[in-house]
Amino acid sequence: MISPLMLRGLWAYRGFVLGSVKREFQSKYANAVLGAVWSVLSPLAMILVYTVIFSEVMRTKLPGADSGFAYSIYLCAGILTWGLFAEIIARGQSMFIEQANLIKKISFPRICLPLIVVLNALVNFGIIFGLFLVFLIATGNFPGWIFFTLLPVLVVQVLLAIGLAMIAGVLNVFFRDVGQFVTIAMQFWFWLTPIVYPISILPAQVRSMLVWNPMAPLIGAYQSVLVHGTAPDWAAIWPVAVLALLLCVFGMRLFRKRAGEMVDEL
Amino acid sequence: MGLITVSGLGKAYKTYPTRLSRLAEWLLPMRGPRHALKWVLRDVSFQVAPGEAVGLIGINGAGKSTLLKLITGTTQPTTGGVAMHGSVAALLELGMGFHPDFTGRQNAYMAGQLLGMTAEQITVLMPQIEAFADIGEYMDQPVRVYSSGMQMRVAFSVATARRPDILIVDEALSVGDAYFQHKSFDRIRQFRKEGTTLLLVSHDKQAIQSVCDRAILLDGGRLAREGRPEEIMDYYNAMIAERENDTVRQQEAAGGKVQTVSGTGEATVADIALLDETGERVEVVDVGSAVILEIRVRAHAPIPRMVLGYMIKDRLGQPMYGTNTHLKELPLDDVRAGEDVVYRFAFPMNLGPGTYSVATAIVSTETHLVNNYEWRDLALVFTVMNMRRPHFEGSAWLDPAVEIQRT
Repeated sequence: MISPLMLRGLWAYRGFVLGSVKREFQSKYANAVLGAVWSVLSPLAMILVYTVIFSEVMRTKLPGADSGFAYSIYLCAGILTWGLFAEIIARGQSMFIEQANLIKKISFPRICLPLIVVLNALVNFGIIFGLFLVFLIATGNFPGWIFFTLLPVLVVQVLLAIGLAMIAGVLNVFFRDVGQFVTIAMQFWFWLTPIVYPISILPAQVRSMLVWNPMAPLIGAYQSVLVHGTAPDWAAIWPVAVLALLLCVFGMRLFRKRAGEMVDEL
Repeated sequence: MGLITVSGLGKAYKTYPTRLSRLAEWLLPMRGPRHALKWVLRDVSFQVAPGEAVGLIGINGAGKSTLLKLITGTTQPTTGGVAMHGSVAALLELGMGFHPDFTGRQNAYMAGQLLGMTAEQITVLMPQIEAFADIGEYMDQPVRVYSSGMQMRVAFSVATARRPDILIVDEALSVGDAYFQHKSFDRIRQFRKEGTTLLLVSHDKQAIQSVCDRAILLDGGRLAREGRPEEIMDYYNAMIAERENDTVRQQEAAGGKVQTVSGTGEATVADIALLDETGERVEVVDVGSAVILEIRVRAHAPIPRMVLGYMIKDRLGQPMYGTNTHLKELPLDDVRAGEDVVYRFAFPMNLGPGTYSVATAIVSTETHLVNNYEWRDLALVFTVMNMRRPHFEGSAWLDPAVEIQRT
């Protein structure tokens, strides 16, 4: 999947990768008075809106949970992790086009670009999720050691995102429709995954169709661990892991095959 | 160390008839390719020995940039390959990836990292980079307040902070102020003295001749000529002269007459040529040689009084010499419709080396304002070259007889 040559290139350009991640973070907030606070404020605002609309206005009830914060925790578990997934894909599909100038004019290992995208997304996710954990501990809702079962789930989710982002990123260079399509598809995918609503409000036949949504078991795992303190449904997750690996392999092969042609097309 | 071997290098871009044909080719590979190849570079082979300096010249679109991109590894060759031994620094696009909101220092780190250096290595080199860029406290201000020259200074200083085994330089160096141009060129010369192999792309005759041991001329994506810099530069200049003539013809043919030709059209220049002593048409003329400017004028309507004038201009459009048949007291009276008049102006070509153009005017009096039959810019383009005489500067040939007295 990744050749030794690629790894050597990445190692030689580790300074560039780390520097880019740092700079991108800095540049986003360089001229803002509140700086990095904004990276927390915007998801916080979104969570607030969803909490008010769904739990107060629409009177959504979470079955089997009676904590006052239950719905907020349920929302955060889904929205924050979906945010990571969506950011990798959104940035990934445009990463080569955005850096067209650099790609066309400077010789450096192209594989640095997806790595920078993923690391950036992980940094943003780390900040907001870290705050969420502080909130969980402070309100006594931290689920305990079972929390760490989420690590493999996160790995699978990031792999799935990388695979899709690589495919979308490479294809988007040749067919710009892909970028537009991905943006729309992600909207639908968000609402077709039980993130802001509980799975129980879905009619039975729709619920059975969720088997075909690889994000449903992943988001479900975060929700079950963080809201109910019960272990992820591993049986539903391992097919997603296989799919994620297959997509990664396909994405890397596509990248390696088309990387040269990509420069000519940009 | 510092060897560049280019063998059978070729680059073609794929062109698809429609957007969908690429998709079809990808999805149905068994149906065969649907693209046409557009070759921009073909069968280019040469070698640059360690420590050698080679100049690369060619008109725009000859494939110079593509060749450099292939050598630096930015694009993949379609055929052939490039082998390089030693560390490479390429000054192709200086200031690429500079972020306007970051300081010069931060951008210097970024630029260094793009060259594959780590932050620690750059920190070590930083004092030297700062000293060479020589922009004082601007180093810690955001790049958006920089002039383009300052940005260049930082970029160049980073790119050349370490002496590479191979240095590839594009015309990028021609921007920036004169002082820094000299400074940067000195650094390149210094590298060369210390054994760096140099590949230099430039239109600047001076630069190529003063630094390079050898020059390579690219034309139409192929290696046209290879040899001593002076020889190649001369050939190149002659080639440009020819090309410039072509453009003029094309402009006329494409109906671009409005821009280059004006006038009422009762008489037009049917043909114009520069002839040498033997009467042969020439486009390249030696300094001081005798030439004849032959202009054939066709009258399309009866003209009571006709005057022909011409002006020789240098490449910047500055007049070198102009006269007309009124000033020469040779106006023609009562020219009939359909009559062809051939004028021959014989003179020695006492101009300095360079490219010149001839503009013609057919009028009724000495100025073209009374009856302007035709005014034609760039009617003819020719090149003057110094083939036989000792080198001299300037655009006029004012050869002195020198007398020196010592007491």
